[in-house]
Amino acid sequence: MLELFNRLRSKNEFWLAVVLLALVVFFSLTAPSFFTIGNLNDLLTQNAFTGILCAGLIVVLIAGGIDISFTATASVVQYAAVTLANMYGMNWIILLLLAGALGALLGAINAIFVVKFKMHSIIVSIATLNIFYGLLIFITSGDYITTVPDYFYDGINWFEFQVGRRTYGINLQMALLFGSFILTAFILKATNVGRQIYAMGGNPDAAQRLGFSIFGLNLFVYAYMGFIAGIASIAHAQLQLNVTPTVLVGRELTVLAAVVLGGASLMGGVGTVLGTILGVSLLCVLQNGLVILGLPARWEGAVSGLVILIAVSASALEASRQANMRRAARKGQETGVAA
Amino acid sequence: MAAFLDLSGISKRFGGVTALSNVDMTLEAGEVHCLVGENGSGKSTLIKIISGVQPPEAGGHILIEGREVTRLTPQESTRAGIQVIYQDLSLFPNLTVAENIAINGHFGAPHMVRWSALRRSAEQALAKIGVTLDLNAVVGSLTIANRQLVAICRALTADAKLLIMDEPTASLTRTEVNSLLNLVRALKAKGICIVFVSHRLDEVLEVADRVTVLRDGKKVGTYPASEVNDKKLAVLMTGKQFTYDLKEIDLSTRPVVLSVKDLTRQGEYENIAFDLREGEILGLTGLLGSGRTELAMSLFGMTRPERGEIQLLGKAITLRSNQDAINAGIAYVSEDRLTMGLVLGQPISNNTVVTVLQQLAGRFNLVPDATRQSTVDRWVKDLSIKVSNTENAVRTLSGGNQQRVVLAKWLARKPRVLILDSPTVGVDILAKDGIYEIVKRLAAEGVAILMISDEIPEVLYHSHRILVMREGRITSGHRPHETDEHRLMAAVNA
Repeated sequence: MLELFNRLRSKNEFWLAVVLLALVVFFSLTAPSFFTIGNLNDLLTQNAFTGILCAGLIVVLIAGGIDISFTATASVVQYAAVTLANMYGMNWIILLLLAGALGALLGAINAIFVVKFKMHSIIVSIATLNIFYGLLIFITSGDYITTVPDYFYDGINWFEFQVGRRTYGINLQMALLFGSFILTAFILKATNVGRQIYAMGGNPDAAQRLGFSIFGLNLFVYAYMGFIAGIASIAHAQLQLNVTPTVLVGRELTVLAAVVLGGASLMGGVGTVLGTILGVSLLCVLQNGLVILGLPARWEGAVSGLVILIAVSASALEASRQANMRRAARKGQETGVAA
Repeated sequence: MAAFLDLSGISKRFGGVTALSNVDMTLEAGEVHCLVGENGSGKSTLIKIISGVQPPEAGGHILIEGREVTRLTPQESTRAGIQVIYQDLSLFPNLTVAENIAINGHFGAPHMVRWSALRRSAEQALAKIGVTLDLNAVVGSLTIANRQLVAICRALTADAKLLIMDEPTASLTRTEVNSLLNLVRALKAKGICIVFVSHRLDEVLEVADRVTVLRDGKKVGTYPASEVNDKKLAVLMTGKQFTYDLKEIDLSTRPVVLSVKDLTRQGEYENIAFDLREGEILGLTGLLGSGRTELAMSLFGMTRPERGEIQLLGKAITLRSNQDAINAGIAYVSEDRLTMGLVLGQPISNNTVVTVLQQLAGRFNLVPDATRQSTVDRWVKDLSIKVSNTENAVRTLSGGNQQRVVLAKWLARKPRVLILDSPTVGVDILAKDGIYEIVKRLAAEGVAILMISDEIPEVLYHSHRILVMREGRITSGHRPHETDEHRLMAAVNA
């Protein structure tokens, strides 16, 4: 039992799960409406946009890059895809595929600058964020689209069941949220490309020497982030029943915070899907719980920031504790050998 | 039978610079071959040609197992069984041992990872060299020696017939070097050709069959390892004769500058006592982990001894920080000059004056440009640092010249006591000699010098007195003219 605990305590995921559980217990005890199926439904639906994006960003961070342009990508794709859907009419599967493809194209632009011009990905994506968003606002003058395909109104739901007077089920947002995490986990864990992405993030020079296609991998990574952003934008549009060009940009740092909270390293090579899920859940549960408790909305940002700071410092402390233990163990070995 | 690799007439020019000129070399299967030469002698260029990273000039011939290869690409070189283990090992610190060893399984079709096959191939590679490592351990948590084993295993899974190891012993302890050499013997018995690229020669000569020496891009010759020793190789590599005579120099009448009594810090060093006199070079040697660097850290105020006394010019002093030590006139040139001794991205000038900014400061605590420049120029000239421009980043200098900048930085403070920790690590023979000259001149000027090193010849030929440390204690003292390399080595390894 103690051994199990010792193994678990070294895992970032364990501590995230503990904190998440503590938050859930706390909110359940203090706010009666928190631990209900209705609130679970809202939590998943409202935060699906952020969550889906996390499933894309974790891949970029593991590859050793960073991307903050995806909210602008999502805005552009949302506007373009819904406009095209209104013009030509298309079912939701085609719409999703179109959005994903547009997003992948925009995302790939980042890869070209990062690899071919050897620019830092944060600079590249700040630039592309501004270009994409700037052009979108220029072309649309910031106007909304209020017409959306009919099936947006009907909703897209599976496995529906009745609780009281409300109907619950798996809606489009949840399906895309679960789907993107499963896809990301599959790519990272089960495919050669996924393992090469981890390797490249851990040691880019070695990856190059071993003959990895650095450009190909980066192209995949940034295009995947764009693809995910496109998918997320449709989840968002279907929920809002309109397209507002200005509402998505500004959320990129929340996504980044959630992924880093989930244990991904900004240095690359480190991060897991489970950690990311826990990280984003923690952040969303906290915000949701605070709202239910009636904390004024203006406090929300500060409290979330504080929690991120505490969680990230805690895992940094744990990491340095482990590094010290390793050093001590190594020292013991060396002197033991010399003796 | 044809040699595994036969190179003839290999040349390489970069712009107007000739890096290699008409080099011939053969490598036999099951041979251990040392490739030695100073920095810039063409060793790395030759390896890049063998590994297909760079093509040789027209007119050179490369034969692999008797078959001429017209255009050797990295892929073709790998397919022929040529593997290079670079000094940095090129491992992935975030991945497990198993995945690092079997990383080549992550290429091509099928595009799915087969984890069980991956583990099996890693296990097989480890079994081949008779080593057990935890397959699930993350490589970043391993010791350097174990990481090296992982790198060797990775090369073996790629079916290596020729294994080129760049400076494999550079960061290993003596015990670790011995087990590496045993491993090399085992690989040799399997018919694998191993090439050591090294400038720490005494160790690899033990297992080598032949040695090829390069100098200024030309091959000096290939010699049976039994016919050379490191002194002879030094002459071949540099074209210069180095002789150091061991004459007795009596300094016992000079005043004691630094006196250490009963100094103890649990787990690091115990009951250390010695006197260091004006103008004396005191050599301190011992294995990695013997406590020599830890002792230096305390003498420089970086750590606090738990017991004992440090006296400077007869007065007991307490060093609370390295600032105290610097103010007391103690300077410390660290073993790891790249991370601790220099700011690599900064100009040579700034690195030189950084310790004396307070002294140079004029009105409003600003350092006048002229004062700064004259100080820099004096030291650059005094230590004959080869620079085209003192505003270039320190990064652009060779190892030997970087070390001179570190020395300049401390000498600018006019220290009474100078602690040198492995002053010639990563510096080639000619440049080493220049550094010894500087050290001796400083001693002649009256600086008391404590020179820590694990290179026996370094302390033997360049100190007035030698202390040997083992497991945190000083175990013996020697005078150079009364001992020799073997006796000292025995004292270190006792």
